[in-house]
Amino acid sequence: MTTQIYEERQDQIHRKGKKPFAIECDKESLAGAVSQRACVFCGSRVVLYPIADAVHLVHGPIGCAVYTWDIRGALSSGPELHRLSFSTDLQEKDVIFGGEQKLHDALIELIDRYQPKAAFVYSTCIVGIIGDDLEAVCKSVAAEKGIPVLPVQSEGFKGNKRAGYEAACNAMFRLVGTGDASNISEHSINILGDFNLAGEIWLIRDYFARMGVEVVANITGDGRVDDIKRCHGAALNVVQCSGATMTLAKMMQEKYGTPVIRVSYFGIEDMAESLYAVANHFQDQEMLAKAKKIVKEELETLLPELKKYRVALTGKKAAIYVGGAFKAFSLVKAFRHLGMDVVMVGSQTGTKEDYQELQEITDDGTIIVDDSNPLELSSFLQEKEVDIFVGGVKERPIAYKLGIAFCDHNHERKEMLAGFTGMMNFAREVYGSVMSPVWRLVPRKQSQDTQLRASASARIAGL
Amino acid sequence: MNTEIENKHNSSPPPTSSCTRSRSGEDARQRSASYTSPVCEQTDNAADTPLRGRVHLPRYVSTTNACKLCKPLGACLAFRGIEGSVPYLHGSQGCATYMRRYIISHFNEPIDIASSSLGEKNAIYGGGANLKQGLKNVTAKYRPKMIGIATTCLTETIGDDLNTILYEYRKETPTDEEQPVLVRVSTPSYSGTHMEGFHAAVRSVVETLCRQSLPNDRVNILPGFLSAADLRLIKEIVSEFDLAATILPDISETLDGPALDEYQLIPEGGTPLAEIRTMSGAGGTVEFGATVSGSATPGAYLDKTFGVKNHSIGLPIGVKATDRFMSVLEELSGKELPARYRQSRGRLIDSLVDGHKYVFGKRAVLYGEEDLVVALAGFLAEIGVQPVLCGSGGKSGRLKEAVANITEGLCEEPPESYDDIDFHEISVRAEELKPDLIIGHSKGYPLARKLGIPMIRVGFPIHDRVGGQRILHIGYEGAQMLFDLIANAMIQVKQDSSPVGYSYM
Repeated sequence: MTTQIYEERQDQIHRKGKKPFAIECDKESLAGAVSQRACVFCGSRVVLYPIADAVHLVHGPIGCAVYTWDIRGALSSGPELHRLSFSTDLQEKDVIFGGEQKLHDALIELIDRYQPKAAFVYSTCIVGIIGDDLEAVCKSVAAEKGIPVLPVQSEGFKGNKRAGYEAACNAMFRLVGTGDASNISEHSINILGDFNLAGEIWLIRDYFARMGVEVVANITGDGRVDDIKRCHGAALNVVQCSGATMTLAKMMQEKYGTPVIRVSYFGIEDMAESLYAVANHFQDQEMLAKAKKIVKEELETLLPELKKYRVALTGKKAAIYVGGAFKAFSLVKAFRHLGMDVVMVGSQTGTKEDYQELQEITDDGTIIVDDSNPLELSSFLQEKEVDIFVGGVKERPIAYKLGIAFCDHNHERKEMLAGFTGMMNFAREVYGSVMSPVWRLVPRKQSQDTQLRASASARIAGL
Repeated sequence: MNTEIENKHNSSPPPTSSCTRSRSGEDARQRSASYTSPVCEQTDNAADTPLRGRVHLPRYVSTTNACKLCKPLGACLAFRGIEGSVPYLHGSQGCATYMRRYIISHFNEPIDIASSSLGEKNAIYGGGANLKQGLKNVTAKYRPKMIGIATTCLTETIGDDLNTILYEYRKETPTDEEQPVLVRVSTPSYSGTHMEGFHAAVRSVVETLCRQSLPNDRVNILPGFLSAADLRLIKEIVSEFDLAATILPDISETLDGPALDEYQLIPEGGTPLAEIRTMSGAGGTVEFGATVSGSATPGAYLDKTFGVKNHSIGLPIGVKATDRFMSVLEELSGKELPARYRQSRGRLIDSLVDGHKYVFGKRAVLYGEEDLVVALAGFLAEIGVQPVLCGSGGKSGRLKEAVANITEGLCEEPPESYDDIDFHEISVRAEELKPDLIIGHSKGYPLARKLGIPMIRVGFPIHDRVGGQRILHIGYEGAQMLFDLIANAMIQVKQDSSPVGYSYM
């Protein structure tokens, strides 16, 4: 079967080993190519979403708000305002005469109803066009209600998801430094870029607590406005999912001198490395010893259990397509632990450096792809005879339609995949999908069997 | 609805005031940071009294947990139900991706929606070049028979003139290769819900493709937005009547297809273009929906333009509504109700008798698309369930009357109906009304959970269960399934709350 690739996109696909590494990325999506990417608004919305004691008001027509209602698996240990969908639901009249008054009234109404600690106001495509002055409305409501009301400049057309991450960081940065930062331990951190899907940040916080590290703010999983206000008091910013929150870390570094380290909590090495990196940063031998103890204890239970899955999964082929590349790095390593080969890996918004790193950690023949689409993904899956595909909701039906196993590794998932516990869950999930007997019933398998039988009988006939 | 149709015909950009402001954006920025804006006093709140026709419910400015979706989503669903068709959104990338995600989560099927992927420059200088490139790319790789182009709020507001852009595109496109039919529909999401988008797309398809043709022995069925299982049943029913029907749109295969060996970029199925072209020669049209606007519907268009008689009936949910559908088919086919439906109708009535005590007087909250809500209200009323609240995010202006009509004489108290309602409002009122069950799509789950009452899942989206596309709502079979679900839900409540826990009823 021939791989279907748009001519304009040829440079966004690299097959390792054939040619020296080169890949184009960070481009606008090709019109008509059915990109798997979303928009600026989506980027902002996913980053700020887990802040559970703020009202998140989407200023625009109804679509943008309704498609992001309760869609993340981001848990809260307290308030759950983030699970509601607020919109100004702009109508034709508002588009003509402006939506500022409606926005103002909606904010007052929601703040009175829910008494939030802050309000985020998201700008959508149309607001950028009609020119509503979000800044002015937010300022006026903040003065009236005495809480921070923060505009998020997330007009959908102003770039891709990454631009949205920046807009979210800009909005959060206005909170940072407005709270009381006294009584914070010198061994303190902020956790950036974990969204507490299925409770992951609680697990990570527990590891840090066992090391004697104080977590000042979760940014943003199970996030709270007051914590973000005082997070400039932390001694270190620990950043996962760097695409999403690195901007904030950099701004804090510049203004408050807070140092930054990059980590990942997915997979065994990366999780362990994250704990060591924090201990090393504080140059505290006792803390490092505690980190090592945690890793040792966790691995003692994890590794024997993983073995069973490894035996079953060794040699199976995996494909990865995720939003940000950081997750792809960890997944490549995680699959290696299971004895599996990664034959395709791609992301919506990776950078040149990301793809460089991906090609360094993958085997020859692996397809590396930027900003892909169903056309390409389906043909890669078929060409590489993939056993399991890892991605999000939009990738899932491509795999299932072809009778290929799938693992959800997106912001909607309800399974914990971070930390050592997460590695165990990941193995279980991969095993649970790859080993299902249903694949024996799908047409792909049946035609493979037919081919095998045909070639076997040809061999026999040839004897 | 009328405004949109006009927009489509004249291809006039929406109000110039917004356009002028949009291009410069300056006057907005020049306004002082201290917030006072005389322009904005002209919002529709002026005409709004706190209770505007809502006896029990205040009206809020903000929308919390909307009970509607946006207009282009409906258009994409409709376009997906046409043979060889690719839905295309002229807007920024996010719209297409969000809608794909939303639709996939219900159908568990791939749905490719192409996009112009407009960026900031396009928003300022116009999206024509991207639209042309997008159409070219979709044509080259998908080889579609039709591309259904829906606009978004962005492109409606910057005033892209699709008429001109598509005219130029056709002129620039080589004529030696076969080109797909281009159908366009105006779907700014600031006016109307996904259902207005759905109906407008169907009408556009008919207007673009259907030409005067010789009379044929077919009938047209315009089902609106039903499940894949519903559409399969309609096909079966019409074939039992020995009728050949053009069902527009038909998502029964395109959004509920079999497992495949090779990936299909455009799934098989959908209403054949050849059939749409000759809908003008059909012996009649059956159009479902009680709140769709009278003169703007595709059925009305076929009637007015080609003299194809339009039988406008409600969604055939429940006994009487299905009887009505069957009698129209009897009229169109000249045949009596086929034996198998006489039988299934008989079994249904028998079961309603068997189970009537379990459901009588139970109080139901129902919500969703206006037509679905009206039809369900009729069904509930006829089996003795009291629909206490009928809510929809749509605002055709016909919901209240349609619910009153369909439940007339069947309810102890007339149901409260609210259009333009959201789930916050539904929830507030539902708590006061003390319902026994709620009926609607997945987004009502938080309410069911809060009230601790059963939820019967119908309509779209079903995001918290498998098989949303396989839910049967219509016909005697659909009524049978719904009745069994409702009766059993009520029996289970009684059983679970009983200290004894009988294993018989």
